[in-house]
Amino acid sequence: MSTANSATSGASKPASTRAKPANKFEAAADWTDGRLGIYTLAKSNLRKIFPDHWSFMLGEICLYTFIIIILTGVYLTLFFKPSMAETVYHGTYAPLNGIRMSEAYASTMDISFEVRGGLLIRQIHHWAAIVFVAAMLVHMMRVFFTGAFRKPREINWLFGAGLLFLGMFDGFMGYSLPDDLLSGTGIRFMEGAILAVPLVGTYLQFFLYGGQFPGTDIVPRFFTIHVLLIPGIMLGLLVAHLILVFYHKHTQFAGPGRTEKNVVGMPLMPVYMAKAGGFFFLVFGVIAAASAIATVNPIWAYGPYRPDQVSTDAQPDWYMGFSEGLIRVMPGWEIRAWGHTLNLGVFIPLMVFPLVLMAIWVYPFIEAWVTGDKREHHIADRPRNAPVRTGFGAAWISLYVLLLIGGGNDLLATHLHLSINSITYFVRVGFFVVPVLTFFITKRWCLGLQRRDKDKVLHGRESGVIKRLPHGEFVEIHEQLPQDKLYKLTAHEQPQPLELPAEVDENGVARKAGPIAKTRAKLSEAFYGEGGQIAKPTAEEHHEITSGHGHH
Amino acid sequence: MKKLSARRRHPLAALVVLLLALAATGGLYAAFAPAEKAQADTSAQSLAIEEGKKLFAVGCSSCHGLDGQGSSDGPSLVGVGSAAVDFQVGTGRMPAQQSGAQVPSKKVVYSQAQIDQLAAYVASLGPGPVAPTKEQYTSTDPNDVAKGGELFRTNCAQCHNFAGKGGALTKGKYAPTLENTSPKHIYEAMQTGPQNMPSFPDTTMPEEQKKQIVAFVSHTNDEPSPGGLSLGSLGPVTEGLFGWIFALGALIVTAIWVAAHTTKAKKS
Amino acid sequence: MSHEMSDEKLPESHGSEGHEAAVHGDPFADPGLPAHEPRRTDIDERAAKRAERQVSLLFIVSMLATVGFIASYVAIDIDKIVYIFPLGHVSALNFALGMTLGVALFCIGAGAVHWARTLMSDHEIPAERHPIEADDELRADVIEQFKTGAAESGFGRRKMLRNTLIGSMALVPLSGVVLLRDLGPLPEDKLAHTGWEVATPAKPLKLINMNTNEPMKPEDIVTGSLTFAKPEGLEEDQEFFQEQIAKDALMIIRIAPEDLKDRKSADLGFEGILAYSKICTHVGCPISLYEQQTHHALCPCHQSTFDLADGARVIFGPAGHPLPQLKITTDEKGFLVATGDFQEPVGPSYWERP
Repeated sequence: MSTANSATSGASKPASTRAKPANKFEAAADWTDGRLGIYTLAKSNLRKIFPDHWSFMLGEICLYTFIIIILTGVYLTLFFKPSMAETVYHGTYAPLNGIRMSEAYASTMDISFEVRGGLLIRQIHHWAAIVFVAAMLVHMMRVFFTGAFRKPREINWLFGAGLLFLGMFDGFMGYSLPDDLLSGTGIRFMEGAILAVPLVGTYLQFFLYGGQFPGTDIVPRFFTIHVLLIPGIMLGLLVAHLILVFYHKHTQFAGPGRTEKNVVGMPLMPVYMAKAGGFFFLVFGVIAAASAIATVNPIWAYGPYRPDQVSTDAQPDWYMGFSEGLIRVMPGWEIRAWGHTLNLGVFIPLMVFPLVLMAIWVYPFIEAWVTGDKREHHIADRPRNAPVRTGFGAAWISLYVLLLIGGGNDLLATHLHLSINSITYFVRVGFFVVPVLTFFITKRWCLGLQRRDKDKVLHGRESGVIKRLPHGEFVEIHEQLPQDKLYKLTAHEQPQPLELPAEVDENGVARKAGPIAKTRAKLSEAFYGEGGQIAKPTAEEHHEITSGHGHH
Repeated sequence: MKKLSARRRHPLAALVVLLLALAATGGLYAAFAPAEKAQADTSAQSLAIEEGKKLFAVGCSSCHGLDGQGSSDGPSLVGVGSAAVDFQVGTGRMPAQQSGAQVPSKKVVYSQAQIDQLAAYVASLGPGPVAPTKEQYTSTDPNDVAKGGELFRTNCAQCHNFAGKGGALTKGKYAPTLENTSPKHIYEAMQTGPQNMPSFPDTTMPEEQKKQIVAFVSHTNDEPSPGGLSLGSLGPVTEGLFGWIFALGALIVTAIWVAAHTTKAKKS
Repeated sequence: MSHEMSDEKLPESHGSEGHEAAVHGDPFADPGLPAHEPRRTDIDERAAKRAERQVSLLFIVSMLATVGFIASYVAIDIDKIVYIFPLGHVSALNFALGMTLGVALFCIGAGAVHWARTLMSDHEIPAERHPIEADDELRADVIEQFKTGAAESGFGRRKMLRNTLIGSMALVPLSGVVLLRDLGPLPEDKLAHTGWEVATPAKPLKLINMNTNEPMKPEDIVTGSLTFAKPEGLEEDQEFFQEQIAKDALMIIRIAPEDLKDRKSADLGFEGILAYSKICTHVGCPISLYEQQTHHALCPCHQSTFDLADGARVIFGPAGHPLPQLKITTDEKGFLVATGDFQEPVGPSYWERP
């Protein structure tokens, strides 16, 4: 139309087809839409629905602490000098006056004692990091126990697990940067761990440290990895993670009106903008207050790093605690043969460490294979309704906690008046026993809860009213559950175990099931067979009981 | 060397050492004590030894032997010096109560005067580290704290932790916290090496350096914690617990509030 | 793989047809979304006004806290210490800045959430989900397009073109790998030697006390004492001090000759004085938690325990071999000296370690 206009009358300007904007805001939005297409984007997202549940906000804690870490981290780089050049301290902190230290340590001292608010920002950065990894773990547990990793969300599970792994390593690098006595001990441990790698370990160590330990390269190199490389990758994964959350739409718990084909909740604009946006400020506020209340990593008390000095209570930050536990409880196995040494005492824990994490990464694919289920799932499971999965999760957590105990064995010994040696022996045995016990206990517990649910559905809830029957017996009146509760307690599906294909196919040709198929059928039986779940009440059972045969 | 060590076990060896020690102590006194006061000091000293011997017979001899020569229940005290007595009895470790991985410090049962008498008696059994005077363990130089800090990190922090909060040793033994240990007792512990603690004698750690270490420990005990709660100064373990329980705990409570449904006007 | 679970075998997925099901008499049918119930603030304008005032109050508190933050920054001295119950003596500035910032941020958040919870609509809205998978028609269409594109490129047909492309792509990252070579020197046998290697019987190296920076005589080392030492000539202000002390550090103890259990270790020492490497053979922490009665040394990092009376044999923990011991004697002036390097490499084991 505009071309036609300009062709016929040269006087009139080429006009847009769009109606005149009502105000300046609309005009600005129109301008932006003409370049970025924001209206199309906003149409599907502005009123995006999010279900309300506190456990759905755990991921937001991770996101917000990550943002806090980036903001405070940028501030810290303005003052921190990632250098191992030696200097003599003459700052305001008297107990270190005249002591030799690296520039990295000296500048961290300055951030803590000379820059106003520097200590606060350092502490916010560190507390946020501690909470970040903890929140990621709890968020991951929520997703695991509710089965929210199932199709179509397996890839997002992998992204999330990658973020956990990277977050742990970036935290470890950050802890290493100030070059204090504690962090230096951590870097020394890392040297030993790399040296334990067969064949290439020595070369890796020399290349990473730029020569012999400690050298002068490790802090600047860790700095680049800590502030650029790993956060960059994490930012990419994080964006992908969030895009997928939007694209898949959030899972929800079963309830009236909530189905696999919808999502029920409040719209992004305005409720979740206020709630989620507000939550960022709440998280930041809590972390800031925590940093006013409690010291974290008092590097001035540790003193500068020297390879011949050490303090007891030499632990990494908590998220590396389970690898510390593996290292501490491992027996000192070493093989020396043909002029070479294989340090199994270090190398085995070094290999088990990723395996413990990997176990949980691959779980969605194992479960999908065992169940053979190829459908999408958007209703979150109640943990009791998946007893085997819940048992695995609990076993994994018990192993993790046990290794944390192993990693803190010295403090446990002094504070509970135990022997380090006994704790270590306990963890060695517990490594194999505790997860198995936890699995069976948790599974039984889930089945018990399922039985209770079934009982509630069939017999109603205890009303607290006692009635005396004509023949003198006292009974408590049970009230029927309302319809929404009945639905909620019976909405879950109960998969049936897979059966092996018939020995003889439809054409009469013998067909033998391979070992893989047999394993799969066995696993499926363990997941969903008789011992794996309590059959949920059927409509007939319910009808029979409620149709007036009285109470038992 | 060999000959000497063989004879150390001789029943009369303790007596010989004791006599030698007495002679040496007396000789030292004659050499150093001011001439006029020597007479009075010596008699006061012998009185203290006499009193100490009585206390020793009642409170210590059942384990350490009537003459401090030791028994299966307690080591010989010949040559441990007055510093060891002042430390062990002054921190309540001695007299020991029950056997365990380690003898803990507890309520002190003797008065300082009695401890001094016991110390005088045990010192008379053989020469050993002498309990320090106030000047020996009281620093006046402000630079001592920094020097003491470096010495502490080299010699002490591996067992007692960077802030002197103590730490674990093997099989239930532990390096105790230094929070409530008096400067004099810290000094004496370094001199004598009580229980499993190694000693740091003047020959390898001069008096001046012990004073600096004491200055650092005293400073650390009174030091403010600029960042807030020190969480026991125990490193990342307590930090992790605080982060999980209080920081993440507070955030989860907040999340529950954010996600909860607002109360309805009518309760159905 | 064997067969997959077919859809028919699974219980029906719960669709949105819950209402119909209820009609058929299913006691567990989905009753559908409950009707919206108003909050106080929805029906009582006074309650809504009150909520509005509460939210505004929170925002005002936040503003005041920010003013407080700036005031604290300007007014409070950086090294001022105050007593705050129950925290103890803390930095006034850190506490003031942290609390004001915390309150300023928290109140913005609390205000926004309170606003959302009381004054914004709380109607629950269902949004439809669509399957993530594309339908068959779209799928076929895309595959067709891809095939057309692939055929037009000739990638499958022109084998040489394809193979050389793969070859070049595989080779080009090697440039990046090569560039990493100068990250550090080659290890050679550097880990096998320490600063003590320059010592010879003809030209011995004195053991220098870390505390006094002076050489030591045997009579200085008392039974039950613990001393740390470094080689003569190594000083703190030298360029490679950290690298050197990371390998050279010694732990000097004296054990009564009758308590020594290992002949070889006793011979390496001098009259019961033993010089062990301070660097743990597990991962290199300075092991020095020496128990003078048991003669055990414990590592504070991972609790490896060595019996120093028995040639530093490992008796507990993750270390794989004993602490190396330095042979010591005295020189003509009576000072403790080393006459050579350790018998084996110090510190953690590595692949090339014999």
